[in-house]
Amino acid sequence: MMTALPKKILCRPYFYRHSILLALGTLFAFSYSLAASAVEVSGSTQFEITAYARDGQFEGQDYRTNLSVALAPEFFWDWNNGDSSLVFTPFYRIDENDEERSHGDIRELDFTYVFDSWELHVGVRKVFWGVTEFNQLVDVINQTDSVESFDGEEKLGQPLISLSRVTDWGIFDAFILAGFRERTFAGEDGRLRGELIVDDSNARFEDDREENAIDLALRWSHSVGVFDVGVYWFRGTDREPIFEPSLSNGSLQLTPFYEEIDQIGADVQATIGNWLWKFEGLYQKSNLEEYSATQLGFEYTFFGIASSSADIGVLLEYGWDERGTDSNAIFQNDIFVGARLTLNDSFDSALLVGGSYDADSSTRSFLIEASRRINDRWTVAIEGLLFQGSDSSDPLTALNDDDRIQLTLERFF
Amino acid sequence: MLTKNIKKIVIASISSAVVLLSFQSQAEFSSDPAEKGLQIAKKVKERDLGWGDSQTTLKMILKNAAGQESTRELRTKALEVQGDGDKALNIFDHPRDVKGTAFLSFSHAIGADDQWLYLPALKRVKRIASRNKSGPFVGSEFSYEDLSSFEVEKYTYKFLREEPCKGGTCFVVEQNPVDKFSGYTRLVSWIDTTEFRNWKIEFYDRRNSLLKTLTVEDFTLYLDKYWRATATKMVNHQSKKTTDLVFEGYEFRTGLTDRDFNKNTLKRAK
Repeated sequence: MMTALPKKILCRPYFYRHSILLALGTLFAFSYSLAASAVEVSGSTQFEITAYARDGQFEGQDYRTNLSVALAPEFFWDWNNGDSSLVFTPFYRIDENDEERSHGDIRELDFTYVFDSWELHVGVRKVFWGVTEFNQLVDVINQTDSVESFDGEEKLGQPLISLSRVTDWGIFDAFILAGFRERTFAGEDGRLRGELIVDDSNARFEDDREENAIDLALRWSHSVGVFDVGVYWFRGTDREPIFEPSLSNGSLQLTPFYEEIDQIGADVQATIGNWLWKFEGLYQKSNLEEYSATQLGFEYTFFGIASSSADIGVLLEYGWDERGTDSNAIFQNDIFVGARLTLNDSFDSALLVGGSYDADSSTRSFLIEASRRINDRWTVAIEGLLFQGSDSSDPLTALNDDDRIQLTLERFF
Repeated sequence: MLTKNIKKIVIASISSAVVLLSFQSQAEFSSDPAEKGLQIAKKVKERDLGWGDSQTTLKMILKNAAGQESTRELRTKALEVQGDGDKALNIFDHPRDVKGTAFLSFSHAIGADDQWLYLPALKRVKRIASRNKSGPFVGSEFSYEDLSSFEVEKYTYKFLREEPCKGGTCFVVEQNPVDKFSGYTRLVSWIDTTEFRNWKIEFYDRRNSLLKTLTVEDFTLYLDKYWRATATKMVNHQSKKTTDLVFEGYEFRTGLTDRDFNKNTLKRAK
């Protein structure tokens, strides 16, 4: 497996200069770790079948079922009493119809060294920031692997060097992001896409160094009483591209343009009794525009409903973006509601029902997610998505014929 | 906040007075059942002071009424906090789908604990609502409050009687939770008169009917002073489900400090 995967990954254009340096460093750690300790192998294989209610709106989308398999093993070494470790998590997916979704990635190739209250990472990592459930507004370190999931929660591995320090006044993080990852987009035969295909082989960059650009980020986070707070500054290439129409082989396509930005942002959660109050906000400035955006809301949990051990959480969030409907901001004036049922049984059974409503275009989407453990090795999840777009200016309207049910069986090893 | 602090100070001064008192009269306890119950609880806590930190692996065997079994395996790092509840970091190894999930908790003698959950697939740390203490821990018959550290301030007490038990002779003490979000109206504990180990606990639900019984099958002595229940069984009388809890490889004073219990160590926990 290990020899087969990187070959394909190496063919991808994103395996650039800094990554090679970082890879050499981690390779050194890797060879050292091999001598020092035994590898721990874990991970999972995902089997996914999707059924669509109708053929898609666009050419290439004339199918109603799709099969896909993904493999995500994890190799872990630690030595030096656990103060040094290396984790390698390659990922590969094969998709029946969408050749852009058949893709590989190095999710993690992370060498970690811990000394006193310091923590050093060198390699490829995934870092999560944020508190809300329906949008990942301030989760800016990693690029979104958008072909993986509709909710944008799946991310591409980010090459970086990061240093973290725990103090009595909170945790301080500094990141040197060595290289930029382009967002993934559904191909011609992919579902859940806009009318025009994104031509990601000709992406344009404001920074001449393009994918070799080095970005910086600083973050402070702290827990004080009921509050969990994070504040950050980011300078570099925007993870979110601007799309420019272009002609390629006589057909109209979209070319992503990645701007250089300065961004400051914050996330706050107050955990008070049964309430989780959540706020995420950012201010961003580029040569073309400056704007603010926020995602805020709450989650209230009813514990032990009907004298059982089940809990129900009720979620309400609001997303706002200053750029409004004139931009490619998807959540510019959107309301999100959801309910999460957790049975707290030995199978970890859970059910999430949610919906979003765009107050400008009246576009609605509905989501239902049920998941459960089958046994020590297998889990099952079912996800349903419904779209009701009524305004062609809302990007979600392009998904009107993409209502679907997806069954995922996952085997862990 | 201020009243909470005052309450803490009052409790601290009361408790130091009680400790003094119990030193003076050693084995002699008050004749007042409430006072005697409190004195026994103080002894339990006092007997266990100074363990510092510990690490252990923990195996849970869950059985439903039909006898179907499932297991949970986790590693625990714990830090004794003087004057408040302990800190703990739990890391799941089994079942495989939750491997790497980790749980950080700062328990408090009074009020809600602080709890954070780390989800390795998303690399996300979530602060979770923790006022509800009666919810089951990972689908087992142990609730969060059953697993949090014993603090004298969490209950009011009433000494009931003395009777023979597995550990020789036991004090039978009734405990009434102070926290109104506790899942119980009362607990009845069997505590042996020589080593002050808790051999058996009966849990009564909010309707005051017997919900669960915890029995300790085995105690192990560490550092010549600290007894730990290394094999326990929780039986739910209402659902007929049971959970066996087995601790393996306890290690004490492993050098853990406050710096080992934060969001960074939670994310690093493997």
